[in-house]
Amino acid sequence: MLVLKRLAVVAVTVLAILAGGGAALAGLGQPSPWQIGLQQSASPVMGDIVWFHDFLLIIITAITAFVLALLVIVIVRFNARANPVPSRTTHNTLIEIAWTIIPIVILMVIAVPSFKLLFFQLNIPAADLTVKATGKQWYWSYNYPDNGQIEFDSLMLKEGERKEGQPRLLAVDNEMVVPVNKTVRVITTGADVIHSFAVPSFGIKIDAVPGRINETWFKATREGVYYGQCSELCGKDHAYMPIAVHVVSEQAFAAWLEEAKKKYARDVVVPPTSVAAAQSITR
Amino acid sequence: MATTVKAHGEDHHDHPHGWRRYVYSTNHKDIGTMYLVFALVGGLVGGVLSIGMRLELMYPGLQIFHDAHMFNVFTTAHGLIMIFFMVMPAMIGGFGNWMVPLMIGAPDMAFPRMNNISFWLLPASFTLLVISLFVEGEPGAPGVAAGWTIYAPLSTTGHPGPAVDFAILALHLAGASSILGAINFITTIFNMRAPGMTLHKMPLFVWSQLVTVFLLLLALPVLAGAITMLLTDRNFGTTFFSPGGGGDPILFQHLFWFFGHPEVYILIVPGFGIISQVVATFAKKPVFGYLGMAYAMVAIGGIGFVVWAHHMYTVGMSTATQAYFVVATMVIAVPTGVKIFSWIATMWGGSLEFKTPLLWAIGFIFLFTVGGVTGVVLANAGVDRSLQDTYYVVAHFHYVLSLGAVFTIFAGWYYWFPKMSGYMYSETIGKLHFWLTFVGVNIVFFPQHFLGLAGMPRRIADYPDAFAGWNLVSSLGSYLSGFGALVFFFGVAQAFMRKERAADNPWGAGATTLEWTLPSPPPFHQYNELPLIK
Repeated sequence: MLVLKRLAVVAVTVLAILAGGGAALAGLGQPSPWQIGLQQSASPVMGDIVWFHDFLLIIITAITAFVLALLVIVIVRFNARANPVPSRTTHNTLIEIAWTIIPIVILMVIAVPSFKLLFFQLNIPAADLTVKATGKQWYWSYNYPDNGQIEFDSLMLKEGERKEGQPRLLAVDNEMVVPVNKTVRVITTGADVIHSFAVPSFGIKIDAVPGRINETWFKATREGVYYGQCSELCGKDHAYMPIAVHVVSEQAFAAWLEEAKKKYARDVVVPPTSVAAAQSITR
Repeated sequence: MATTVKAHGEDHHDHPHGWRRYVYSTNHKDIGTMYLVFALVGGLVGGVLSIGMRLELMYPGLQIFHDAHMFNVFTTAHGLIMIFFMVMPAMIGGFGNWMVPLMIGAPDMAFPRMNNISFWLLPASFTLLVISLFVEGEPGAPGVAAGWTIYAPLSTTGHPGPAVDFAILALHLAGASSILGAINFITTIFNMRAPGMTLHKMPLFVWSQLVTVFLLLLALPVLAGAITMLLTDRNFGTTFFSPGGGGDPILFQHLFWFFGHPEVYILIVPGFGIISQVVATFAKKPVFGYLGMAYAMVAIGGIGFVVWAHHMYTVGMSTATQAYFVVATMVIAVPTGVKIFSWIATMWGGSLEFKTPLLWAIGFIFLFTVGGVTGVVLANAGVDRSLQDTYYVVAHFHYVLSLGAVFTIFAGWYYWFPKMSGYMYSETIGKLHFWLTFVGVNIVFFPQHFLGLAGMPRRIADYPDAFAGWNLVSSLGSYLSGFGALVFFFGVAQAFMRKERAADNPWGAGATTLEWTLPSPPPFHQYNELPLIK
């Protein structure tokens, strides 16, 4: 019975590997029912994360299966009925060295792609577009500093506000819009408490911390809407501040920019008069 | 002179009775029993909270909570209670108090009165935590909903009500209790070993406690400092963690995890010791690689202090910092592997008797391996970027704690129950409890890996509909585990009602540690003549 249960666990793990390889089960830009692997990749970084995770999954499944096999052998061969007289072995230098060295070798094998991925994520390339995401209780504000300081709030759509096909708890009123195949630099900060900006399909997650500016980057390879959720507990409505990134063609992005400049026109640029006023106050 | 000593030593019938025996207790066994009862209560409360969360998460939408705030209060209280009022009291206060003096051949702990205050600070602490549930936390809503990590500024400006203050004071008392206990254990283990019991002859359970209490002694003052700063930020206008005054919220996380990571080893290392005793006993074979096992725990404890920021890969740390923490964290897999393989090697060639404690121990070894390898995945900052703060992390730490630490507690419970109570438990009920729990918790936590990979964040009361399937499975598993817990309590009650006397050593030739040389239960004062270890 013990054996059967453990075999079942292994079977499930193997299934997980298969699913990791066949991304068909995973949704594009959002999770799918009964999904068991990572979300489909839509950026070079996420592509590497998916590869690295699948690589790790093979290693850890092999290790777990090896330990399980040893346990099964122990249970079958060395129970009191099969082996009434216990041995007195308490040392074996060779095997003790082996089970110290071999894990070190495995870890070094893991470390190589791990560091490659880490440096790929953290060395931010020259950006085509910068978007600032500010986490607030409980919504995101997006600002396009390169494009006339467009700034708008992005709130979750409630019951009755969603259109057909828009996912519950993920769809928002104003999506963050970016062009496809362009390097987008995202800078984040928190207005009140710590939030975290995450889009699974792009493989990004970066905390939005009050008093700090953090940055990350992505390059969306396919058009579509990509969803994420705030990933740092930020209070009561933490579950209700999704992130939606709409990836569009370059032309559509240019058109959106023009429209957005009118729609979200705000006096973000401080007029000279108020600067003078501020200076007089300091004086 | 000699006669007075003798009369004092044999004074068995003259110890305090009734409530005085416990409230005023300076006896390590009575205090250990109180810790265990306290841990059972804590486990029950924490378990009910977890069932509450699974009820809420069973279907999309809000089922039983009026708003998400109360759900977050549940997750916070569940975490704090399970850590500070269940696992720690059971492992260190309970089994540690009971077994360390017995195993090293000491009559009692070094500071019996300090032992008393260590215990009695805990109910006071628990009371403060319970009060925090009923006073305002977030604006207009009761309780602390900032998670057990109480990150600033959510725990400062985000929780204007006094609930967080009560929780901080609760943590202060629990921390003081643990520090006093740690001092007591260190003094006892270093000074009160029986003649001939050298450090390298100590049972591995005592080694595990020694490592654990050093972690407590070094880690808890850091928590105390961090939460004191939190308290003054909240109440006295300081700005340690507030950028408005030049402080930094990330500083709190560094301080918290400098305590928090050793803390998770505090929760599991005593379990390593229990598993070593149980495996050796039921394999009827000494522990394989004793010195390697002891120093692996020392290594895990030491490295445990230099890996804390792997909990913080997404806060915006520099590349070099993240790279360092990746390496340091992966190193921990090596001594952990030594332990896993040494347990298997202990059983290899043995003559295994599948009594209930051994089932829990074998279950632990497998499940801890599963939790360990997902830890290796999470150690890599590159992939942790996708998994941080998702259910993958929840699955990982429940595999090492809920299925790891808790399995070791049950292994220890069934192993020492005959010694502590003097009664045998029912093997049938014990095994039923094991199988229900084993199957149940795997159904709860294995699917959570899938949810995490698919991107479900932790600490949310409601989730996008795509996550519904595995959440339903997970919730059903929790009800099965909850039923397993009922079987456990039934088994305990049944053992006390059945009153089947336990022999001094019910486990036979494999049980070689000193506690099995004493009657079951041991006399009020043991070792009138100190045992001599050859």
